[in-house]
Amino acid sequence: MKIVVSAAGVTKESMLDKRFGRCEYFIIFDTDTNSYEAIPNAGVNASGGAGIKAANQIIEAKANVLITGNLGPNAFELIEKSKIKAVSCEVMPVNRAIELYQKNMLSDIFNAGVAHHGMR
Amino acid sequence: MNIAILSGKGGTGKTTVSTNLAITLGFNYVDCDVEEPNGFIFLNPSILKQEDVMVEYPVIDQEKCNLCGTCVKVCQFNALANTGKEIVVFNKLCHDCGACKIVCKQNALTYEKRTTGKVESGATESITCHRGILNVGEPMAVPVIRTLLVGLPDENHLIDCPPGTSCNVVTALRYADAAILVTEPSEFGLHDLKMALELVKLYQIPYGIVINKDDGKENIIKKYCKSSDTTLLGTIPYSMEAAVLYSRGSMLCVDPSYRVNFYAITEKMKEVFPWK
Repeated sequence: MKIVVSAAGVTKESMLDKRFGRCEYFIIFDTDTNSYEAIPNAGVNASGGAGIKAANQIIEAKANVLITGNLGPNAFELIEKSKIKAVSCEVMPVNRAIELYQKNMLSDIFNAGVAHHGMR
Repeated sequence: MNIAILSGKGGTGKTTVSTNLAITLGFNYVDCDVEEPNGFIFLNPSILKQEDVMVEYPVIDQEKCNLCGTCVKVCQFNALANTGKEIVVFNKLCHDCGACKIVCKQNALTYEKRTTGKVESGATESITCHRGILNVGEPMAVPVIRTLLVGLPDENHLIDCPPGTSCNVVTALRYADAAILVTEPSEFGLHDLKMALELVKLYQIPYGIVINKDDGKENIIKKYCKSSDTTLLGTIPYSMEAAVLYSRGSMLCVDPSYRVNFYAITEKMKEVFPWK
């Protein structure tokens, strides 16, 4: 199973970034091999549709679970249609967020948040 | 002749200058600030014509589509996504560029139209007025601005531009033979004026500056005009009377002292711009 976390850095100790479309990296953790890799978020500098670009990447990476803060309406639609389970988490190290997910302590994202919440 | 009025910084008085100069010169007025067109509040024309602005967006025939995702990769605006089960189209992000249809080997794409805004034309006692209105929630103003400007007759127009230096202003400037940059004597006014000047210079058209809310002193904008050898077309004094007139929706040129200011600006314009 692949768990993707929106993150501020490339290591598993990096902090989780609550913004999905505008985070710097995605850390992809593979529970079968207990290994992880980080990919830069292609959506971070998009002039529009960052969440869509980011979701395209997550879908391509064959993610089963997404741990992030909020999802905007467009990204939410795509993640839901792709049957990726999205869960919400507070800012904390990525490895800690994955642990919490595995202990079933994170709640599902049922609704889209507001658009453009990750714009800086 | 089309004269564009732009500013860089918002709220410097593009609409004030455009509407008052239109009346002073007898030029037609065109409001290209389609996200918040407010020139008609001051000119109050009767609307004689309305036309919808339509843009195209792709529709995918899911029977023909083999989910190869080529269209998703070619889209520069992130308007398409591949969930692995279907291609999802986000209409509002589509820039109507046509790339997705070109690359689709399955011939699964067609285009349909939707309305994103409208253009209106009207008349006051002395001039013709046009404006574009972008529907609330639509992110793309360019198609409305383009529709508005493509259809203009070969007459004299003042084009009231949107603020900033985005593609909305770029589109409006394409139709301009000269430009007036409106600014105010503040650090922000100067900073954004420089950005707007950089843009206007690309078009190789004559231009000049109008200082609104002028304090009558040797302020940073006047110093900049001198040091950069940029034409200062004139000034509009900062006063309580101007604010009162504006807040009532009145034109400043109804006030005799302000009429003098606008008249002075038009005299200078005739020197600097290609006047027929």
